[in-house]
Amino acid sequence: MAELKYLLFLGCAIPYRIASYEISSRKVMEKLGVELVEMPEFNCCGLPIDSVNHDAMLVLAARNLCLAEEQNLDILTLCPGCAGTLRKVNKSLQEDKKHKQLINDYLKEVGMEFKGGKIKVRHLIQALVKDLGLEKIKEAVVKPLTGLKVAEHNGCHVLRPAKYIGFDDPENPVLLKKLIEATGAECLDYMYETDCCGAPIIGVNDKVPLYLAGDKLTNLKAVNAQALITVCPFCHMMFDINQPRIERLLSEKFGIPVLHYPQLLGLAMGFSPKELALEELRVDATKILTIS
Amino acid sequence: MTEKKLVTEAKPSRAIKTGDLDPKFKYEISKVPGAENIKLCFQCGTCTADCPIARFSDIYRPRKLMRMTQLGMKDRVLSSEALWLCAACFTCVDHCPQGVEIASVLRALRNMAVKDGIMPAVFRELTSNIMKTGYAYRIPELRLKKRGEKGLPPLPKANVEDVAKLFDIMAVSKASKREDK
Repeated sequence: MAELKYLLFLGCAIPYRIASYEISSRKVMEKLGVELVEMPEFNCCGLPIDSVNHDAMLVLAARNLCLAEEQNLDILTLCPGCAGTLRKVNKSLQEDKKHKQLINDYLKEVGMEFKGGKIKVRHLIQALVKDLGLEKIKEAVVKPLTGLKVAEHNGCHVLRPAKYIGFDDPENPVLLKKLIEATGAECLDYMYETDCCGAPIIGVNDKVPLYLAGDKLTNLKAVNAQALITVCPFCHMMFDINQPRIERLLSEKFGIPVLHYPQLLGLAMGFSPKELALEELRVDATKILTIS
Repeated sequence: MTEKKLVTEAKPSRAIKTGDLDPKFKYEISKVPGAENIKLCFQCGTCTADCPIARFSDIYRPRKLMRMTQLGMKDRVLSSEALWLCAACFTCVDHCPQGVEIASVLRALRNMAVKDGIMPAVFRELTSNIMKTGYAYRIPELRLKKRGEKGLPPLPKANVEDVAKLFDIMAVSKASKREDK
């Protein structure tokens, strides 16, 4: 019997490019006794279209929230962008009755009505910390990653804007660090730790995000981080898939493996690297396996 | 950036004529949800100082965009390339001492630019993808098939009819197809 049950909202970026995040998340959650229910259908969370038409973002988000309200299940997302958007819309439309009415007038055309406040939206790490609890995670660790020194990169939308999200302190986030330490690994501090990776503007301007992510990799190298731990498909693309590009741009070698948090946790829970799709990472992660 | 109307930023040599300013612009923007506090910006520069993008960009200065909006420099701000460089990390929103949701003001400005037919190609593509598939990216068939091999359940087909219908009544479909001015 699963104690915790969520409707899994996959979003678009993960099925598009980052299967390893989904694979490892599903493995880890199942073993932790968390049940993930598949959505019969869903659409983009709305975030990418916010810049084009704000109300269209609200309608797309509200439509997804309606689907969850129908099932009466809280949403779990792996992507901070989806989590932030759905969480913010779930809250702000509750508070702005006039705007909620406007959105519902649109939704009526497809036979839906957003009620609001019925369900909660959680990002993976919010669920792990707030609903499951750090103790349960520590109990699940059978192969502590003692000796491994990593660093974290929170996805911005897991933390900001603080008034809508209300999880951890965005200026000095500690909860992902605690999740990492629960695996037995050490989590290092580094310069500009809370800065964005730049990924959202890569389609408009590629140089700025590459230099920004490159700066973070430089700071990670300075503290000898053996791996970077992310909880966002876009941050992961920036640091892992784009790492060779950044190395060429900065004429510097990094070779810093970038693991999704559930991959790190999965290793500590006794899963094999293959089960966690570690071989799908662009930057070779096998070197960290010999450390612990 | 391939769009015709996007310019690299107002050249310093271009004199600002008061006749070109739209004094009502700030009121128009402040009506948009999230952008209400635009008039409260007192130009302290915290947003620019704390912005990760501004550290690496020569043209992206959120404080400047806030001032241009307040002054009613509508044409310049809406056609500025800098407008599209905000990564929406919301650091400025959390740090602004005046409670200006800078990222939301920029979003309101972008929405307005789109109405004028100005929009980087990538946003046109994302909008069109959502309209046609329900998802922001075109996920190749092969990748969908491979999900089974990897032990993942199939990705459900989005309700494209519903999404298209909503986009139609909200006139989003028009924006995604519109030719550049």
